Amino acid sequence: MNLSEASYPEDLKYHPEHDWARIEGDEATLGITWYAQDSLGEVVFYDGPEVGAEIKKDEPYAEVESVKAVSDVIAPVSGEVIAVNDSLADAPEAVNADPYETGWMVKVRLTDPSELDQLMDSAGYTASLE
Amino acid sequence: VTTSAAARRTSLYDTHVEAGAKMVPFSGWEMPVSYDGIKEEHIAVRTHAGIFDTSHMGEIEVEGPGSLAFLQRLVTNDVAKLAIGRAQYSCLLNEEAGVIDDLFVYRLGSDRYLVITNAGNHETDLAQFGKVARDFDVYVRDAAQDYAMLAVQGPNARKIVANTLHVELPPRMGVVARKVGRRPALICGTGYTGEDGVELLVDPDIAPAIWAELVDAGVVPAGLGARDTLRLEVCFHLHGNDLTDRTDPISAGLGWACKEATGFIGSDKVAVLRANGTERKLAPFIIEGPGIPRQGNPVMVGDETVGEVSSGTFSPSLEIGIGMAYLRTDLAEPGTAIDIDVRGKRRPARVSSKPLYSKER
Repeated sequence: MNLSEASYPEDLKYHPEHDWARIEGDEATLGITWYAQDSLGEVVFYDGPEVGAEIKKDEPYAEVESVKAVSDVIAPVSGEVIAVNDSLADAPEAVNADPYETGWMVKVRLTDPSELDQLMDSAGYTASLE
Repeated sequence: VTTSAAARRTSLYDTHVEAGAKMVPFSGWEMPVSYDGIKEEHIAVRTHAGIFDTSHMGEIEVEGPGSLAFLQRLVTNDVAKLAIGRAQYSCLLNEEAGVIDDLFVYRLGSDRYLVITNAGNHETDLAQFGKVARDFDVYVRDAAQDYAMLAVQGPNARKIVANTLHVELPPRMGVVARKVGRRPALICGTGYTGEDGVELLVDPDIAPAIWAELVDAGVVPAGLGARDTLRLEVCFHLHGNDLTDRTDPISAGLGWACKEATGFIGSDKVAVLRANGTERKLAPFIIEGPGIPRQGNPVMVGDETVGEVSSGTFSPSLEIGIGMAYLRTDLAEPGTAIDIDVRGKRRPARVSSKPLYSKER
């Protein structure tokens, strides 16, 4: 059911707490990495913020739970939530099956684009896992 | 829980690693928590057959003319009612009626019993057995090294075990000695999943071969993660969560396994608790919306804390959060509305009856 092999797309930016950001202008789509979902196991519950919420870099903005464990989802960037992935309420397993596409969590409008400089690229993040 | 630097490994360790299991520390052992995913393993046991390595559990042999009198003093159930070839659930209590461990007692012969202990309590149990044995004509031996334990559970488990190992199986709650893989083995009609099945106590050296044969026959390897969700759906207690040496068997709903007339250690306290009632009671509950309860979550009614979750998880069968909690006794009735405080979020829940999951529902 999962992507069986680790994968860290080149077009994303990565945070050391195993979160990714896809930057499009002054907006970013956020989620957790392959490594994070693999460590957690099957995701059975996702509890995220609502549209309009402010999230802050390096702080938790959502919770994701497997059968055994609960984990905070850390914001890789600061921003105002402008869209949320409602489908995760009914199908949280998308986080395992496709963490970078259907398993996305929120979309934000960046409040401090300079934060992007602190994120890693795919090669840097992959190296950090070793 | 004692954690030593070097976690112990069962004879199936290499088998688990080769199968891609996620290994975790558990009661001083390095055990598989899951192979392909807790949910899939759970559903495999509910619908087909799964196999668990439970070799970390301990065994204590009790032998000699004073065996029955010894066990009557030591454990809570009425061992005199246990026929040869039968199994019985029991508790081991301290003088204050705190639960040191919960156990299965198998009667193997007229004066011969085998007791199955929880991994994390085995040493404590042995000490208690040894202490009480001084007053009886009985021989107590730590037999944990003698056995690997495989639990094969699920609606198809018996059929597959019988056909694969070419053995006749005991009835539910029965135990038979059989030759398996050319070695002596015990086959027990017991389990911890709410499904039919058997538990095999075999020579650790042949456990990997038996495991492989059963997996080849279609039995699905299942880890401790699924073992926990399966047992919680049917409200079986887990020592360390729902039972501790500070909880008594009456509050825990285990009065049925206590026969005070036998004079077991703690029986006077149990008799008082049974007669007077307890302040709190263990009750199963189901979360009514989103949220997954976890051990230690407070239980609320209005502004008042009325209990604490002892076990909580996501139920793969019901696809909702479930758990058991110690509640103020007046609230421990099925249908009572409660809130579980899950990390600061109040999750509405309802007290339910046991089991939380059954095939008939």
